[in-house]
Amino acid sequence: MADANGLRIADRKHIGLAEMLKGGVIMDVTNAEQAKIAEDAGAASVMALERVPSDIRKDGGVARMSPVKKIQEIQKAVTIPVMAKARIGHFVEAQILEALGIDFIDESEVLTPADEHFHIDKFAFRVPFVCGCRDLGEALRRIGEGAAMIRTKGEAGSGNIVEAVRHMRAIVSGIRRLTVLSPEELMTEAKNLGAPYDLVRWVAQAGKLPVPNFSAGGIATPADAALMMQLGAEAVFVGSGIFKSSDPARRAKAIVQATTHFKDPAVLVKVSEDLGDAMVGIETSKLAEKDLMQTRGW
Amino acid sequence: MKIGVLALQGDFELHAKALGRCGIQAGEVRKPEQLADVDGLIIPGGESTTLLKLMHEWGFVPALEKFHAQGRPIFGTCAGLILLAREVESPAQFSLGLIDVGVERNAYGRQRESFEARGSATLEGRATPIEMVFIRAPRIRRVGAGVETLAAYRDEPVMARQGSVLVATFHPELTDDPAVHEYFCAMVRKARVGVRAAAEGEASLRKGVRAAADGEASLRSGRPA
Repeated sequence: MADANGLRIADRKHIGLAEMLKGGVIMDVTNAEQAKIAEDAGAASVMALERVPSDIRKDGGVARMSPVKKIQEIQKAVTIPVMAKARIGHFVEAQILEALGIDFIDESEVLTPADEHFHIDKFAFRVPFVCGCRDLGEALRRIGEGAAMIRTKGEAGSGNIVEAVRHMRAIVSGIRRLTVLSPEELMTEAKNLGAPYDLVRWVAQAGKLPVPNFSAGGIATPADAALMMQLGAEAVFVGSGIFKSSDPARRAKAIVQATTHFKDPAVLVKVSEDLGDAMVGIETSKLAEKDLMQTRGW
Repeated sequence: MKIGVLALQGDFELHAKALGRCGIQAGEVRKPEQLADVDGLIIPGGESTTLLKLMHEWGFVPALEKFHAQGRPIFGTCAGLILLAREVESPAQFSLGLIDVGVERNAYGRQRESFEARGSATLEGRATPIEMVFIRAPRIRRVGAGVETLAAYRDEPVMARQGSVLVATFHPELTDDPAVHEYFCAMVRKARVGVRAAAEGEASLRKGVRAAADGEASLRSGRPA
């Protein structure tokens, strides 16, 4: 735990690892073979999980941390950092992931929540955490609990970028709004956001979050990745979008290139040629409230 | 004077900020042609396998070799060091070989084993206290005869220099301490004088060759040039 600028936030070395992943792509993988494809395509990190979000959506049932054996196989297969998901509030899954030497734990809404009121106390761990959020208040609550990286949630397994855009815009405009408030307005704003006052004050001054902000949930094409980067994401997570497409290796490589050259349309044209079929995707506005993953988290 | 930061992937933004604290203009480099505009280059921390793929894809390997041959300084931190080293182990992978050191990747372990330490570097002949943040850091396992060790941690080299190439296994850009970046800026400032003189020499040489060719052409045609 650090005390940078009077803030109680994650350790500098943990926020530092998030900094090292910037401009990169973190890819969901379920086994060693997929992990190797991801690494060969240029992924900056892989995320181990039991099933990709679109399968969790399709199959239903309780979605849990990936089996230990699978995680170990993935760790053996690649040299890049390995992340893994734990259920919201399931601090024992997190303890197991820490003991396995996982490099970043994602306390994730994609899995079935284990606690309907509380998230994990992330300061209690020696490895960093990333958490999802839909707006600035949620982002600052997670940072206040010790998250070393934030990712906007989007709608996992949908192949539809609209929710990711909504959440990134909400964060960016929430930050911008704080920067124009006067000091006496900040306490009420903290109350309205449901966010720690110290963090609200810090963001109002800095004009950014104290930890890196990545994007997740719905990225299926190189153009989607570049869109999120242009909207302010500092790196992207791609879940079902790669291994549910017709040519995962090629699509993975194209998304890596698009994330680096996100401001260069000529490159985006080049990498978008001959990609095969993207995952099919879902119209998220037609999903029932109970089928949304993004509403999990408190 | 302008210093580039290789912005393919990694913590390039923090290096640009650190250069800003030294009063130096920084430029993001995503394509090899952008190297023409900068007097020195920082290769940041990030994932070396990712950086390698992107470097090969965009033709950075010959471009960086040329950049180095021209005497323009390069500073690599963590993944940047791995890319600049002569040889790399665990696993063995391609590297530019611009500094005569051998490195082992992720040599302290995984993120759980990342750590911070205080140490001392010998900069411009003076012992200078520095803050060191090691993140899934490599270890320098071999140092060649022409390489100067500038800082050590537990008797192992963590910062080294050979001519115009500077490397560190830790991340000075994650701290507010500008000492290491100031040292690199001074390297670039000094090298710039020589690089400029060489470029001017080359330009005047070209002018001379062109004048001679014009003279020859006019001689052949029998008309004045």
